[in-house]
Amino acid sequence: MRNDTRPLLSVRNLRTSFFQDEGTTKAVDGASFDVFPGKTLGIVGESGCGKSVTAQSILRIVDRPGRIVDGEIVLTRADGSEIDLVKLKANSREIRSVRGGDIGLIFQEPMTSFSPVHTVGEQIIEAVLLHSEVGKKEARLRGIEALRSVGIPKPERRIDEYSFELSGGLRQRAMIAVALSCNPRLLIADEPTTALDVTTQAQILDLLRKIQQERGMAIMLITHNLGVVAEMADDVVVMYLGKVVEQGKVDDIFHDPKHPYTKALLQSIPSIDSTPRLKLPTISGSIPHPFNRPKGCPFHPRCVSAIAGRCDVEEPPLQAVGEGRKASCFLYP
Amino acid sequence: MVAYVVRRLLLAVLTVWAISVLSFMIIHLPPGDYVTSYIASMSASGSAVSEGEANALREQLGLDKPITVQYAKWMGLMLQGNFGMAMEWGRPVSDVIGDRLTLTMVISVAAIIFTWALALPIGIYSAVYPYSFADYVFTFVGFIGLAIPGFLLALVVMYVGFAYFGANVGGLFSPDFAEAPWSLAKIWDLTKHLPIPAVVLGVSGTAQLIRIMRSNLLDELRKPYVMTARARGLSEYRVIMRYPVRVALNPFVSTIGYLLPYVVSGSIIVSLVLSLPTVGPLLLKALIAQDMFLAGTIVLLLGVMTVIGTFISDLLLMWVDPRIRLGRQ
Repeated sequence: MRNDTRPLLSVRNLRTSFFQDEGTTKAVDGASFDVFPGKTLGIVGESGCGKSVTAQSILRIVDRPGRIVDGEIVLTRADGSEIDLVKLKANSREIRSVRGGDIGLIFQEPMTSFSPVHTVGEQIIEAVLLHSEVGKKEARLRGIEALRSVGIPKPERRIDEYSFELSGGLRQRAMIAVALSCNPRLLIADEPTTALDVTTQAQILDLLRKIQQERGMAIMLITHNLGVVAEMADDVVVMYLGKVVEQGKVDDIFHDPKHPYTKALLQSIPSIDSTPRLKLPTISGSIPHPFNRPKGCPFHPRCVSAIAGRCDVEEPPLQAVGEGRKASCFLYP
Repeated sequence: MVAYVVRRLLLAVLTVWAISVLSFMIIHLPPGDYVTSYIASMSASGSAVSEGEANALREQLGLDKPITVQYAKWMGLMLQGNFGMAMEWGRPVSDVIGDRLTLTMVISVAAIIFTWALALPIGIYSAVYPYSFADYVFTFVGFIGLAIPGFLLALVVMYVGFAYFGANVGGLFSPDFAEAPWSLAKIWDLTKHLPIPAVVLGVSGTAQLIRIMRSNLLDELRKPYVMTARARGLSEYRVIMRYPVRVALNPFVSTIGYLLPYVVSGSIIVSLVLSLPTVGPLLLKALIAQDMFLAGTIVLLLGVMTVIGTFISDLLLMWVDPRIRLGRQ
């Protein structure tokens, strides 16, 4: 079944902008990447680089005044047919069967991702009823099963509880259960562990890996935590200001980063071998607001290797810099 | 949960007692008493009341006793279900108030239904499509509704109804039914007369409610659970109606308690203009005449109804909002 040559999801030149009175914010500005069946793609970047908007664009749930202005998001469905999600209408039947059915989504806010006035069960059962032809009783059993499969103890009791009665870790597990209840082939996890403490983070990551092995599901893992990516991902996409600046296999990216931004990111994590009390290098400056995007390479004002007269004038294209990897930087002609 | 109910109940009893003291004091605040205003109205109509007659009347009504004794006697009667005599009317207070109270409730409920039926859908629309053309139109019309005094609107509606439709506006009954005993025909007659007072009384509340619903819902629409509901594949309509609207409605439940007294006290002038046989005009007359039994009873009843209403809405809120029921925010 595993067919690594044909991507499950193929994003091409995606552009999503927010049209406000102050001006247009290009949240995602020409991102391209592929997600392969059964593999994990890590999308890394600082806050505001367009990671979450990319996820919302794939499901077509970008909030107004945001809108996809260009690009393709091609999903290969279970029967082998391909659909371009960008061409579907945002509230159409087709896209709604993709949401929750083909693609499940989990968020970083387990606290507020559940309705405060509905039980966890109501929200799982609703999803099951929507995507499969079963009765209420069967849907409830499946809901309990989904809760059990993510390691929630006493699922037949927990299903009638409200999200605020669960601990943070259980809540995120319940969130995963909702996303998995209809057997999606792709799970988009948007910062799934950010709001959790470190022990719970490890448990949730283990759970995701276990589920992936059991079901052969693809995961698109959005995070700013490089440790999580190193542990989980097969392929990595590094985003900066709505653009993909580097992509490749996880080992290549971590052991031999090409783009100065990726290098800087990796240098700013503490290593177990580093001298104690040594100040970690930081990336100078701060992320410009996407509204005030710098001319040329978006990273040049903060880049240590910026070439004056080139990087601040022209925009480097994303091009191959080795076997199966790409980067957008003039250092690699 | 039981502790919550018991605490609310105890607070309610305490509040009712405080209201009874306050309403008694308020009625006694203006200088003079019923006898002074009786003398004034008698001399205005040309007949004089002698000193002796006045004192006898005071003694008969117990107005010569100290104020604390008067309060104790009043409360004693109240607790026995005896509300005293309406002095001006020469009939027991319960007689005078009875029908009017029922009609007041009927009108209030009609006004509330009108308000909610109109305001909630508009509020939802305005929040889902904020800053749209229709949102601006609703806001504009809503603020006009809020700004027009009810009695003025009543006059305009009456004039238009009379001049262009020849309708018998004003009052709650046709002349044939006004004094008739209750029957199906009389109820039907009442139903036909209800819309105008309900609309006039409901207009300003509608405008307020639209604003409240709009801002509540705008807050809720930004919450992540709306996006997760969308990500499950629900249709946009179901996402909005089932989740954020449901949550945004909760605060409304807690306002039910204030609606009745608001409609009664806010509607005195409108009721006078539309000559509605409700409690509002009665309260005004009783206050002018310093009829302490009648006015006191009405003020106390309004207070008690507010307390009961609030208690009921607390229970309702507990029922609709699990965060309160299960004791966590």
